[in-house]
Amino acid sequence: MSMSHSQLTRRNLLATAAGAALTVPMINRAWAQDPTDINMLAWYGHAEPDIVAEFEAQNNVKFVPKYYAGGDNMLALIAQSPPGTYDIILSDAEFVQQLNAAGYIEELDASLFPFDDFWPEYQSFPGHWTGDRLWSVMVRFGLLGVSYNTDILSSDEASSYNAYWNSKVAGKVGHFDWHLPSLGQISLLNGNRDPSPFDIGEDAWQAVQEKTLSLKPQVGGYFDYGGTFSSLKNGEMLAMCGIGDWITGVLQKDGAPVASVIPEEGGIQWTESYSIGKGSTKQEIANKFIQYMLSPGGQVRSIQMAAYPGLSPTKSGWQAIQDANPAEAERSGLIEGHDQSPRKLLAEKRLFLRDIPRQQTLEDWNDFWSEYKTA
Amino acid sequence: MARKPSIYPYFWRAPLLIWQGLFFVGPLILMVAMSFWLVRNYRMEPDFVLANWERMLTRDYFWSAYQVTFLRASIAAALASLFAFPASYALAFLVSETTRRWAIFFLIVPFFTSYLVRVYAWQVLLAESGPVNAVIGFVGLGPFTMLNSGFGAMVGYLTLIMPLVVILQTFSLAAIDRNLIEAAWNLGASPRRTLVRVIVPAAKVGLILGAVFAFILSFGDFVSPFYLGGSKPPTLSILIIDTTKSGQQWPRAAVVAVMMILTLFTVAFAAVGAAYRRNA
Repeated sequence: MSMSHSQLTRRNLLATAAGAALTVPMINRAWAQDPTDINMLAWYGHAEPDIVAEFEAQNNVKFVPKYYAGGDNMLALIAQSPPGTYDIILSDAEFVQQLNAAGYIEELDASLFPFDDFWPEYQSFPGHWTGDRLWSVMVRFGLLGVSYNTDILSSDEASSYNAYWNSKVAGKVGHFDWHLPSLGQISLLNGNRDPSPFDIGEDAWQAVQEKTLSLKPQVGGYFDYGGTFSSLKNGEMLAMCGIGDWITGVLQKDGAPVASVIPEEGGIQWTESYSIGKGSTKQEIANKFIQYMLSPGGQVRSIQMAAYPGLSPTKSGWQAIQDANPAEAERSGLIEGHDQSPRKLLAEKRLFLRDIPRQQTLEDWNDFWSEYKTA
Repeated sequence: MARKPSIYPYFWRAPLLIWQGLFFVGPLILMVAMSFWLVRNYRMEPDFVLANWERMLTRDYFWSAYQVTFLRASIAAALASLFAFPASYALAFLVSETTRRWAIFFLIVPFFTSYLVRVYAWQVLLAESGPVNAVIGFVGLGPFTMLNSGFGAMVGYLTLIMPLVVILQTFSLAAIDRNLIEAAWNLGASPRRTLVRVIVPAAKVGLILGAVFAFILSFGDFVSPFYLGGSKPPTLSILIIDTTKSGQQWPRAAVVAVMMILTLFTVAFAAVGAAYRRNA
């Protein structure tokens, strides 16, 4: 009697589990055994209930997240911890090579993951493979372009990075306070497309610096994650350099008059992928979680992640979001032939992968960023 | 016969010494040492190199940030002292003892809430679409850009330091021997002359300490220049954050921190020296 009562309670809870943070401890309590902890190193949001609650309940595990802010920060956290501290690591794709070079991640078994289901463009992502050895699996990505206040700028006006110099946004252009995306965008505006805005020679780098400095009179501030949100939302900033839908998508849900477009000069793609930490004793369940995140259901969660939305690299993910939330599929262009479809942008060579500087050091770019901020 | 030295005073002093040793002197030594370390592959390695010092002290952006920080903290200290003085004067001389006690209580109340929370409140108030601009709009002015500017940062600094400055000034003014003021009156000094020649010199220690605290708190503050000043331009505390974020350069950040501490020591010693110097 009491058993069936408790099962009923559990079933009820399971039904509402997804997205309901408070239910997680209760589900766990209902299990006879204590759940296994899985240590995750990730950007904020990836171990929150809207993403992991269902998986936790199904597998009797509990994610213990350590959130970082930026690739440098991530590398430092791993470097300072003993091997095996992190079971699963979500990293920006441009840092996977460094993770691998430093021996921080385990080799993965490619046969475990549905690469057939990936769109061809994303099957062999640079840096994730060395020859046919797999080190990391792409799970989501997003696009950086011009983010703007739709009451002030039209989408036509925003469709070039020159929008940042528009007199209508004088003193109201914000920067997401990280040099890579902002300088990458200016580099694109300067026409550095071949091979990439991050692979530029000394003259082009000089020109990027000069162009960036000419933006200074328009700049209203430099913001962290929270500051970027609030300054766009309250209209304090009217255009934001270095971000994209991962911020404006969340604000749009809140009804703020903001949007992001991929301008004619091209956009920048950020990519997030999962790796398994070196020496992890929970590789089996970590693999299972990566499979879960790549499943249609996992992709729908990722696309609509509460902390920040991301796009799906899989065919079934596109289909699943079209079925589950057609409006979101339309908004984010996850429909074949859609005008803002990331595959179309990629085919038209209007998208470039965010990267670390190839001909200068990260330090050079950092230094210039500090100079720019004090200029 | 020599007196047997007593361990009694040392016993009572020990907790303070241990506390300061563990949580101030220890970390300070570590930080100074760290400024000579190296970072390899995002990992700090103990070393003794001057590279961090050479690098930071030859960057223009370090000195720009230094100037901005010093100037802003000086202005904040001066403004806070000026604005606080009439209020402190009134509390010390013009109101009843009961009113003064209540006033002091209400000056302490702001410390009940986190400074960060109060700064977030200013973000709402000072926004272009916020209430302050709405009021200014009634008389047909504005809207003014107050956030993400030096003005915004200054509002934040004053939020942080003003109550403390008023409290320190009030206590020092209230402690002045009234006989001195009466004597000045009896000898025919005008109110202004009494203020300048008697009251201010007698309260000098408290006035200077108030300004020094204001300077120290503003100089090291991160919250106001970041959340109300929009990092435009960055101050030294923001530069520390930037430096640690980029390539985990804690040793270079330690250089900035050591420079800040040296500055604060210099200012504090100079000010305390001035406060307790006997007038010729």
